[in-house]
Amino acid sequence: MNFEFEWNSIMFLIPSLFMFCCGVYGFLTRRNMIAILISLELMLNAVDMNFVVFNRFLYPGQLDGMFFTLFAIAIAAAETAIAIAIIINAFRISRDIDVKDLSKMKF
Amino acid sequence: MEATIPVLILAMPLLMFLFLGLFGKFLSPRVSGIIGTAGMGVVLLMCYYTAYVYFFSGSPEFINAEGNRLQAIICNVDWLQFTDNLIIRLGFLLDPISAMMLVVISTISFMVHLYSNGYMRDHHGVYERGFQRFYAFLALFSFSMLGLVVATNIFQMYIFWELVGASSYLLIGFYFTKPSAVAASKKAFIVTRFADLGFLIGILVLSYYTGTFNFTDMTSVPVAGMNDVYAVSAETATGVFNIFQSKAAAGFMGCSVMTWALVLIFMGGMGKSAMMPLHIWLPDAMEGPTPVSALIHAATMVVAGVYLVARLFPLFLVNAEFGGYALDVVTWVGAITAAYAAMVACTQLDIKRVLAFSTISQIAFMMVSLGVSREEFHNLGYMASMFHLFTHAMFKALLFLGAGALIHAVGSNDYTDMHGLRKHMPITHITFLIGCLSIAGIIPFSGFFSKDEILSSCFGNSIFAYVWMSAVAALTAFYMFRLYFLIFWWKEHKVHEGHHAPKDQPWTMTLPLIILAVVATLCGLIPFGNYVTWDGHPYDFMAHFNWTIAGISLAVAVIAILVAARMYKTENPLPAKMRQAMPRLWDWCRNRFYFDELYMFITHKIIFDKICRPIAWFDRHIIDGTMDGLATITNKASYAIRGLQSGNTQNYVWVYLIGALALGGVTVAVIFLFC
Amino acid sequence: MLFSNILIYFVVIPLLMLGGLALCRNIKQIRAVAVVGSTILTGLSVYLLVDYLGLRAAGESAPMLYCDSWTWFRDLNINLSVGVDGVSIAMLLLSSIILFTGSFASWKIEQPKAFFLWLVLLSTGVFGFFISVDLFTMFMFYEVALIPMYLLIGVWGSGNKNYSAMKLTLMLMGGSAFLMIGLIGIYYQSNAPEHTWDLLKIAEYGVNADWQNFLFVVTFVGFGVLGAMFPFHTWSPDGHASAPTAVSMLHAGVLMKLGGYGCFRVSMYLMPEAANELAWIFLILTGISVVYGAFSACVQTDLKYINAYSSVSHCGLVLFAILMLNTTAMTGAVMQMLSHGLMTALFFALIGMIYGRTHTRDIREMGGLMRIMPYLSVCYVIAGMASLGLPGLSGFVAEMTIFVGSFQEADTFHRVFTIVACCSIVITAVYILRVVGKLLFGPVQDEHHRQLTDATWWERLSTATLIVCVAAIGCFPNFFANLIKFTFDGAIFRAIGLN
Repeated sequence: MNFEFEWNSIMFLIPSLFMFCCGVYGFLTRRNMIAILISLELMLNAVDMNFVVFNRFLYPGQLDGMFFTLFAIAIAAAETAIAIAIIINAFRISRDIDVKDLSKMKF
Repeated sequence: MEATIPVLILAMPLLMFLFLGLFGKFLSPRVSGIIGTAGMGVVLLMCYYTAYVYFFSGSPEFINAEGNRLQAIICNVDWLQFTDNLIIRLGFLLDPISAMMLVVISTISFMVHLYSNGYMRDHHGVYERGFQRFYAFLALFSFSMLGLVVATNIFQMYIFWELVGASSYLLIGFYFTKPSAVAASKKAFIVTRFADLGFLIGILVLSYYTGTFNFTDMTSVPVAGMNDVYAVSAETATGVFNIFQSKAAAGFMGCSVMTWALVLIFMGGMGKSAMMPLHIWLPDAMEGPTPVSALIHAATMVVAGVYLVARLFPLFLVNAEFGGYALDVVTWVGAITAAYAAMVACTQLDIKRVLAFSTISQIAFMMVSLGVSREEFHNLGYMASMFHLFTHAMFKALLFLGAGALIHAVGSNDYTDMHGLRKHMPITHITFLIGCLSIAGIIPFSGFFSKDEILSSCFGNSIFAYVWMSAVAALTAFYMFRLYFLIFWWKEHKVHEGHHAPKDQPWTMTLPLIILAVVATLCGLIPFGNYVTWDGHPYDFMAHFNWTIAGISLAVAVIAILVAARMYKTENPLPAKMRQAMPRLWDWCRNRFYFDELYMFITHKIIFDKICRPIAWFDRHIIDGTMDGLATITNKASYAIRGLQSGNTQNYVWVYLIGALALGGVTVAVIFLFC
Repeated sequence: MLFSNILIYFVVIPLLMLGGLALCRNIKQIRAVAVVGSTILTGLSVYLLVDYLGLRAAGESAPMLYCDSWTWFRDLNINLSVGVDGVSIAMLLLSSIILFTGSFASWKIEQPKAFFLWLVLLSTGVFGFFISVDLFTMFMFYEVALIPMYLLIGVWGSGNKNYSAMKLTLMLMGGSAFLMIGLIGIYYQSNAPEHTWDLLKIAEYGVNADWQNFLFVVTFVGFGVLGAMFPFHTWSPDGHASAPTAVSMLHAGVLMKLGGYGCFRVSMYLMPEAANELAWIFLILTGISVVYGAFSACVQTDLKYINAYSSVSHCGLVLFAILMLNTTAMTGAVMQMLSHGLMTALFFALIGMIYGRTHTRDIREMGGLMRIMPYLSVCYVIAGMASLGLPGLSGFVAEMTIFVGSFQEADTFHRVFTIVACCSIVITAVYILRVVGKLLFGPVQDEHHRQLTDATWWERLSTATLIVCVAAIGCFPNFFANLIKFTFDGAIFRAIGLN
């Protein structure tokens, strides 16, 4: 059986889309800030995946997408660190990390 | 003439004002009184010297070969230049009337300075609070008044006109803790300010059409030329020519601009000289210290209006010649005011108010005299007016200072508190009597001559004016002697328990009375026509003297005095009967024909309540409301949409997601539909 | 060389003062910096005045002297251009004197460091505005002068201060929005060969005739808001009532003059044809301002409101006279700016001092202050007399110049409005004497006031300086009139046949 398995971009994009939608869903529905942060990371990683996939399949000779992804990962790491710091501080102040309750800075 | 002394005449009082005003509180009252009096004494001497030089030196600067007196500008400094021609200068103009006024002002002012040394203390010799300030203000007034009369241009006159108004304000309100004095000073200033508005507009009109402020350019001493007597010297005639030319060209509401200008300027004079209906401030101004009333509100400042008309008299004559009404306005206002004030004076209680209304009436005499001086009588009327100004200043100052002595002795302004003072205060009595005889026009006191000339010129103008003014003269004699008898006779003076009997005052107060009494007796004999005429020609009054008119007026005055004596010499029910006989008239006279109430109504009920308050309300609620409304709308709108800015990222993402999907949907739909 | 030009020091010295103030440790140092700095500025403006008159006497006939220009932003042709004529020198003199007296008037202010920092920043803007001849820098300095006002009123004010500060700032900002449109319009629509912000160049070449009317209206309204023109004047009563003393002084004394100066310098100077055509609209508005402000002042009971409405009336007269478009009236307008600046600063200083003692500004609650604080009361009377136009004080000469000048316009419209404006002298007398009578004269209203003290030395210095200046203008008006007049005799006005 000469079934040649060929890698196809769709195969990567569909999980990536799924991941992104999960992220969006989580972002919209969760109230816990940690969970929101995780959702955000999901979305980011989904996008990163897309970058890599498109780079690999559309412009195989170039590395722009790869680099972009690496940057994004690095920045995401920093951003996560900051976000977690904020969350911890918020938790210290209000003993709570539910976004609905953190409306002190509103208006 | 050298400019030194004229400049010093103005500079001395000004420096005295600054000195006493700034450093007065470091001086004792006595010292400042002496400084003030001495300073005024020096000014008096300088004024006499200047007047002497003007009238008697015979220098070609002042009198030409034909014996006409000239206008001489001693000095003139540019003060403020508006345009090429319109320049305010401060200068010193000498001509017959300004030289005469210098004498009048300095004499009365000096007497008042001297007198105040005694008046402004209580019976124990303690000086009143603010004594230094009083002398400072007197000096300021003297400065302003002297500056007014020597003005070389109409704007200088306006400047000093305002300054005398302000010093009058300050002096009326001298007792500033007394609400009535404050109200009186305010009233005086505002009423005269209103009149000055007319004056200012008049100046603007006049200067626009003549292209000059200078009196000499507008009204030069005549030389032979156009239309005989009304001519002005050809070199300086531009001003009057301009007015001639524009007379026909520009008019407003049926009158030529010249008439308008002169009437408006006369309005300023009406305010200062307390002509009806702008007279209401003068009776109230009696709230000031009595020497002030004598100086400002009897002898000098209130005649400024007469002086103003006299100063512009050639223009008034030209106006009359061309059929303008300006001089008629002067006559009518004068005649009505004279009668009105004389009637009111018959019923007043407060002796200073009687004198105030008498002043109004006498000034109205001067106005009428100017108003009727036309045709061949312009020399007589003008001269009579100035002569009456001169004599009136003397005897009215005398009367006021006498009244001051009475008030100081008795401690009240009402004649009901006086009665029968002749034995207690003989000097005051005699001098006051001389004043009364003089104002009533009894020969040989000064008032006789001047009033007789006024009546003569009225007679020359129209029989009606003559009869009218004679009646007023009779009333004058009547009310003055009513006052005299009520103060010094009527019944014996009752001294209250614990009070000293009134007696003559210290020499600082009696000396001015005596001097002024002598002057008031004798100054009628001055051959006034030789010195003061409108065109500078000597005018021999005695040649035109009409014995019939003199006799009639004398008889009328004597009859009036006899009536007054019959009614008021001893206590009797006749005055009360008279009052009951005509209650309505008496009420109106007593309440000054309700002019004050009328003004109260206009200012408070109309101007304040119907103009100022609505405007203030409009400003706060409509204009400001609009601005606030804009802000409120903005605010409301942002509150309304601020919910969108919830700060909740999840909401934003929802909106974003929905928006993105909707946009995507629309794009797809568009592509499907149109491509 | 930047620092070889004398004018630049009018901005440099306030900036140095800012630095100095930042380093100050205690109130004495702060006072020292403020007094020394403002004294130097006053000295500098007097020197400039003398030097300027010397140059003019020597026959300099350029419209502006001490001109200099440094490129700032080449792509947009923005330069820092400076230059002055008689009008701006008069304004510089006014500003420095008021800064000087204002420093003394705020001797005991709370949080002095911050207060003086903002005050000096404001003055920087003011001085910068008067020396610039570049529209852009002019506008920039204008904004610099406006913004600190918000904080000065909001923090140091009294009464309903947040509201007032907000109202004042917003209205003036609204004005500057108009102004910015106008200035940018002028930049693009001038007939100069290349786009320029330079006033003198624009004046030389003129502005596109199609756009002039629009730009004139926009700039005039923009500056008119600051000049308290009816109906954009309502910031003035509230703002002045809430502002602290020195700020009221500077604001009424100098900032409101920015409006009048700007109207003249930008609207009239650059667009004379439009001015000629459209002056009547604003003449009506300013004519209304003059009597309207005066009538409103008659029934107010708060001292500062009275004075603020009086400012509306007097500043109305400034704009009114500018719109008359003749040399005499315009000279009168500038003299009125000087006069009103000094006089109203004196008023606000005195009101501040009285308020500091009695803690009320309601005239119904005070009375007989003449006995209690004679010095302040006498000063108040003098200020009142200056305001109602007593000869010998500045108000008279300014008003008379305006009236005589206005009356030279012979048509009925101008005549009627001149006479209406003349009426203000009576109404002014009414409200001034009403206040003087109630506040200073009469019996003492409140027995507690008997313990109050008279002025301290710094208050005396501050008021005496202002009175001397007011009297100086009133006694020697020709000096100032000649200083100012040259500007209006300039070629630009003659060129289009406006005398």
